[in-house]
Amino acid sequence: MVHVPLLLQLVNTCAAGLLLLSFAMLSQRRVVTLVYLLATQGALLCLATLLLAWRTHQHHLYISAALTLGLKVMFLPWLLHRLIRRLDVYWDTEPLLNTSVTMLLGLVIVVFAFGLAQPIAALSSTAARSTIGIAIAVILLAFMMMITRRKAMSQVIGFLSMENGLFFGAMSATYGMPMVVELGVALDVLVAMLVLGVFFFQIREQFDSLDLHHLESLKEKP
Amino acid sequence: MLTLPTTPLDGCLTVIAAWGVIGLAGLLRPHSVRFVGRVLFPLSAVCGLALAVVAARGIGAPATHAVLLIGLPDLPLHLRSDALACLFLTMLGAATTGISLFAGGYFRQGHGAAPGLLCLQYHIFLASMGCVLLADDAYAFMVAWESMALSSYFLVTTQHRLAEIRRAGFIYLLIAHLGALAILLSFGVLQGGSWQFTFDSMRAAHLSPPWATAAFLLALLGFGAKAGLVPLHVWLPEAHPAAPSPVSALMSGVMLKTAVYGVLRVSFDLLGAPPWWWGLVALGVGLGSAFYGVIFTAVQTDMKRLLAWSSIENIGIVFAGLGLAIIFHGFGMGALAALALIASLYHCLNHACMKSLLFLGTGAVLHATGERNLGKLGGLIHRMPWVAWLTLIGALAIAGLPPLNGFVSEWLLLQAFLFAGDVPRAFVDMLLPIGAAIVALCTALAGYAMVKFYGVIFLGQPREPTLAGAQDAGMLERLGLVWLAAGCVALGLFPVQVIGQLNVVTHSLLGAALADPTAHWWLLAPAVARGAAYGPLVFLLVSAVVIVLTLLAVRMFYHRRVRRAPPWDCGFARLDARMQDSAEGFGQPIRHIFQPFFLIDRELPTAFDSKPRYRMSVADRIWRFGYEPVGQAVRRMAELVTVLQQGRISTYLLYSFVTLLVLLALVL
Repeated sequence: MVHVPLLLQLVNTCAAGLLLLSFAMLSQRRVVTLVYLLATQGALLCLATLLLAWRTHQHHLYISAALTLGLKVMFLPWLLHRLIRRLDVYWDTEPLLNTSVTMLLGLVIVVFAFGLAQPIAALSSTAARSTIGIAIAVILLAFMMMITRRKAMSQVIGFLSMENGLFFGAMSATYGMPMVVELGVALDVLVAMLVLGVFFFQIREQFDSLDLHHLESLKEKP
Repeated sequence: MLTLPTTPLDGCLTVIAAWGVIGLAGLLRPHSVRFVGRVLFPLSAVCGLALAVVAARGIGAPATHAVLLIGLPDLPLHLRSDALACLFLTMLGAATTGISLFAGGYFRQGHGAAPGLLCLQYHIFLASMGCVLLADDAYAFMVAWESMALSSYFLVTTQHRLAEIRRAGFIYLLIAHLGALAILLSFGVLQGGSWQFTFDSMRAAHLSPPWATAAFLLALLGFGAKAGLVPLHVWLPEAHPAAPSPVSALMSGVMLKTAVYGVLRVSFDLLGAPPWWWGLVALGVGLGSAFYGVIFTAVQTDMKRLLAWSSIENIGIVFAGLGLAIIFHGFGMGALAALALIASLYHCLNHACMKSLLFLGTGAVLHATGERNLGKLGGLIHRMPWVAWLTLIGALAIAGLPPLNGFVSEWLLLQAFLFAGDVPRAFVDMLLPIGAAIVALCTALAGYAMVKFYGVIFLGQPREPTLAGAQDAGMLERLGLVWLAAGCVALGLFPVQVIGQLNVVTHSLLGAALADPTAHWWLLAPAVARGAAYGPLVFLLVSAVVIVLTLLAVRMFYHRRVRRAPPWDCGFARLDARMQDSAEGFGQPIRHIFQPFFLIDRELPTAFDSKPRYRMSVADRIWRFGYEPVGQAVRRMAELVTVLQQGRISTYLLYSFVTLLVLLALVL
């Protein structure tokens, strides 16, 4: 019986990869690279889902995996890529805040997330409960990425990455959300993405840039 | 074959529905003044007359119920017409007849909103007032109440392009909402744990005394805000000048009375047996409002603002009568309670007639001259005789002079006060005569203010050359004024017949009534044992005879010619129109005597000024010290909150992030 722990070890490896990718996104300047990283994160998520499905014989997880593959690995990155080309921000980079400080803050967040996950993991009885901490860390790191970015595109990528973390968290804690919820969330993400795509064009038309600090002028003057 | 509605309730509902249809019809041709003014508004007046007739016949009829299956699911609208509702519906119908006739000639193009839209708002306002009076559950009542507030808000802000009118509308809406909130809470207490919000279950609920008191005080607060009791009166002097005159007339003449209706409904009907000291509260608030209102009436220089303050005074008198009725009722003195309540209800009817008449009169003056400021009017009796003479009837009535209607209700109220010595409670029996003195003072000062109002507008010389071109009111406007003036005269000359009807209402509310008030059709003797009686027809006859005899005597003993001559100018010989007594001058003694109540800001020229300038404004202390601090505190708090608004998405995300972390750390 060697293959059982091996499968779980593979899931854990995937989880570690997700966390690593989150840090990579936190420090990445180029918008296009962010899209690739997001796609890779999606692929890893898909792989982890497949492994877990095989290990636990939860058939609905196969559907989740297919959904992740189709939506997060192929369609959304393709959509984002197309947007980047059409908006002509292929070579866009953005000034980051102090990278090392961000990374250190990220570390603190990860420690916090692992601490938070302990009581949840104790309650849970799933095979992949040890990865709940990683899922929470991915969510919070994505959130942090959204806070530190100024380009609209990076914000959206942070948002999608957060959704990845949520999905992973649900999977490791309870073998995924009920199918209806999962489909609903997938649809929501899709719609949000399409709406934001339209929104990008509007923002650029208004301000000649996708830099969100232009929106500060909308603030009410005292 | 159309069958006529059989019960009063059906009849009233038919009229209310007809008003709704007329309102919607205004949208067919919203810009046509001819269609809206000459067709729809007169139709609305006919509906009003029908309502008055139907409801007046319904006063004596037994109460009828109906359940309308509209509204939310499982929450049908309960309706009921009883004597009290019918009385107020009669008032609504009768006042509307005159006001709608006038409005048909009044609304013209170029007044902000289109006439058709105004017609819709106006009729929604009417219909919602009707529904307020018919509602028999808290849900229906609140829906109608809020529709009334909102439709009147839009009517007040007809000329919404002016910032001051928007401000007036905002204050009105704010206080209306505060009041509605208090009423809602009051209903919440009244249901008494049954969670049934029909009035029937509220009547059945037995509240413990503290809760009953809470319900009464909340109702007094909520309805007092709508009625304009001090210190919630601040919206009245702002909203009435802002609104078009027929709307002011409707708001002051009828809408304020729905608040009186509400207090009566809650205290006597839903709560049952009010303890006597509630009456002391109502009496105190009422007398305070009457006094505060009348001294401010005397110093106003804007004619519609003056009338608005006068409304505060009159509502105060109505509430004083109501409080007195509760006191007598609490001590088991049934006949006296009935007398006080009749005085109060009678004053409601009177005020609906005379205040509507006066507001419409000012509307006609405003149209003819474009001026609201008393300092720029004068001498209009020659230019606008119809308006001047009809307004004179209203002014005399509101000043409380016999044989017009204002005298009757105030006389009845004073009669009730005079018997207050019988109250079996120390101090109360001594305090009540002081109340009588305040009522008398208010009446006298109201007379003073009306002399100023009428004299400055209509008598003397025109203060501005532009007044020479003033035109008298049109036919529809005259008809409306004549209808209301006739109401004032009829209520004044035939009080016995009116009281016969009011007696039915008080009997249904108090279980007590005056003993045989209609014994003599020409003589009003509410308390036969005391011997006080008033015969308006006799008074009219005697005064007419005296006047005629005097005229004859003058003609007989002096020369027989009538000649017109300039007034004596003290040898100055260059008198002009600006040397007449002004509105400010007329109010000066009152301002001087009651100085502590006013916030006076005055700029006096010195003897050496080359360009002397006199400026004075009288402000309300309650506004300055009661409302402005609250407004400023809210503004300061809002400014503190604006620090949170940075305009940066990152910052907003950071707020969510920190909140999330804190919450997570809390569950950890």
